[in-house]
Amino acid sequence: MAEIVIRNLRKEFGDFTAVQSSSFKIEDGEFFMLLGPSGCGKTTTLRMIAGLELPTSGEIYIDGEEVGQRPASKRDIAFVFQMFALYPHMNVRKNISYPLVSQGMSKREVSAKVDEVTRILGIEDILDRPVGGLSGGDRQRVALGRAIVRDPKAFMMDEPLGALDAEFREHMAEELRALHDRMGATTVYVTHDQLEAMQMGDKIVVMNHGVIEQFGTPQDIYDKPSTMFVAEFIGSPSMNFLRFHGQVHAGSSSVMMHHEELLVPKAQEPFEGDLVYGIRPEHISLNDNGTLRGEVRAAEYLGTTQIVTLKTGNGELKARIPSDQSVRAGEHVGLEFDGATVTLFDNQSGRALRSDLNEGVLSHG
Amino acid sequence: MSGYSITEPSSRQKWVAGTLVIVYAIITLLPLVWIITTGFKSPVDAIAYPPKVVFEPSLEGYVNLFTTRTRIGQEQLEALPPPATWYEEIVRDRDMVIAGPSRYGERFLNSVIIGFGSTFLSVFLGTLAAYAFSRFKVPLKDDLLFFILSTRMMPPIAVAIPIFLMFRKLGLSDTHLGMILLYTAVNISLAVWLLKGFIDEIPREYEEAALIDGYTRFQAFYKVVLPQAATGIASTAIFCLIFSWNEYAFAVLLTSGTAQTAPPFIPTIIGVGGQDWPAVAAGATLFLIPVMVFTILLRKHLLRGITFGAVRK
Repeated sequence: MAEIVIRNLRKEFGDFTAVQSSSFKIEDGEFFMLLGPSGCGKTTTLRMIAGLELPTSGEIYIDGEEVGQRPASKRDIAFVFQMFALYPHMNVRKNISYPLVSQGMSKREVSAKVDEVTRILGIEDILDRPVGGLSGGDRQRVALGRAIVRDPKAFMMDEPLGALDAEFREHMAEELRALHDRMGATTVYVTHDQLEAMQMGDKIVVMNHGVIEQFGTPQDIYDKPSTMFVAEFIGSPSMNFLRFHGQVHAGSSSVMMHHEELLVPKAQEPFEGDLVYGIRPEHISLNDNGTLRGEVRAAEYLGTTQIVTLKTGNGELKARIPSDQSVRAGEHVGLEFDGATVTLFDNQSGRALRSDLNEGVLSHG
Repeated sequence: MSGYSITEPSSRQKWVAGTLVIVYAIITLLPLVWIITTGFKSPVDAIAYPPKVVFEPSLEGYVNLFTTRTRIGQEQLEALPPPATWYEEIVRDRDMVIAGPSRYGERFLNSVIIGFGSTFLSVFLGTLAAYAFSRFKVPLKDDLLFFILSTRMMPPIAVAIPIFLMFRKLGLSDTHLGMILLYTAVNISLAVWLLKGFIDEIPREYEEAALIDGYTRFQAFYKVVLPQAATGIASTAIFCLIFSWNEYAFAVLLTSGTAQTAPPFIPTIIGVGGQDWPAVAAGATLFLIPVMVFTILLRKHLLRGITFGAVRK
């Protein structure tokens, strides 16, 4: 198992820059998520770590060794493809044993290894079946089997649950995480699904347009987004943005938005100009004491909570409130914001302003 | 009628479709049946009018195909010892004796060498080229592909005279190598284009998985891509073989002796011993067999979608 360090990694395809100077570090045994919308460069980054693409510039260290320009076959990592890429002309057993055969392992050892792996994955009974007729979940397990059978230094997974049915995904996600915890293998996992990333990852890198927007634990990324892109991409419904023109002073704990004083975490840098007041839906409560007023547009019932869409003088807001609180469309209600959770952004650059809340997190970004 | 389905054909539609297939099969198979039966007719029955559908089968056509014969006088014939073999007996019945074997066997062998040789070469080179065009960044890729295709834009025989002169200068006239190279040159564009289509369809992930599993690029090609491309390779091989096997014009022009293939030879049977239609038909019948066997052997590759289900689309 290994630690992976990426330094100033860059990849260009002709005129198009897929990845711009990425740097991050994946600790030994970490379940690491590369998250972002399609075309953001996450898959390219993963393929560069695996050796399926060679970087234009920059370094990749696996276990302290620089491998940036080495072919995939010399890096000792395993890759699970979104489409599984099981060899269609071989049965399950051959598929799983194929990586071992390339190492010149003896038949006895190969079969012992395959037996061990199939027991871990619970696929002993399909060993002699052709891969063509397998269900999505079984194919996924075979693909995992082919990856873990070799005891590689690290696992690369490119949206491995993307091809599964929704109901089965949840189950496989748990299985994957359990497998990871059991083996303690460094895993780099690409996904565009923020829920999957939050649910499974130890650390997350959020990418957009080939740039790393933020790097950190799921909690940090959710609570202390470093850019508006991250704030919007993570969480469902996403963070509310209230735009206004104003200023913050270093050390102040409130901002004036259209003559309304709103609390914010203590600011650490002064700013004047177009600001964005970012607040998560669950940090808005409906309370008649609230100074800000809004009109209820709609309520979506979600079981324990409900999402209320409100129209305010500063634009539309979504609030997540307990579902036993009754709201009617058309009703005017007071709104209360939990100021301690707020992030202020510079509207122009999309960058979060430093405050007591996100101190120490932004420096990663 | 209880229900109506747009995917399941009705019994009436099935009946119409079945009838059409049978009618089509009869139309296309009739000339073949005629050739095969003519091969087993006696020369008289073969040109009988009205044509004979029921006849007494005879192997005379096949005997004549493989032998050269001399007519001899009645006294000489009686002086000979009785015929030792069944085919000598057939020949004696026509007041002739066998002078020696005909050249059909050699010509047939030439066809096999040239046909299969050029097919192998076309498919071999075509697969490598198609893989390169499909997977690698080749400078001027589109222009090169167009250039390769452009060799099919006129009938090959249009350049017969330059090729004839070129072959004479290079000493390739009437050689096996010359004919193999010529047919390969004609077939290669078809092979590259057909195979590129098949290889494009094979997801790159298979090779990438093999690369990650510790195989080299060539091993990945050989062990993973080739088995996947088997269907495409088989159908390309059939197309190439049918062309080079049946090719007549270049064979007439460029071969006359050592490397002559069967197509130009078969018509020469007429004129040697009169209009010997049964022998011509016998030659044509035997000539059909290799391509038929080859196609039937590769048929399962044509029909079996071996990649089916391995990748979710």
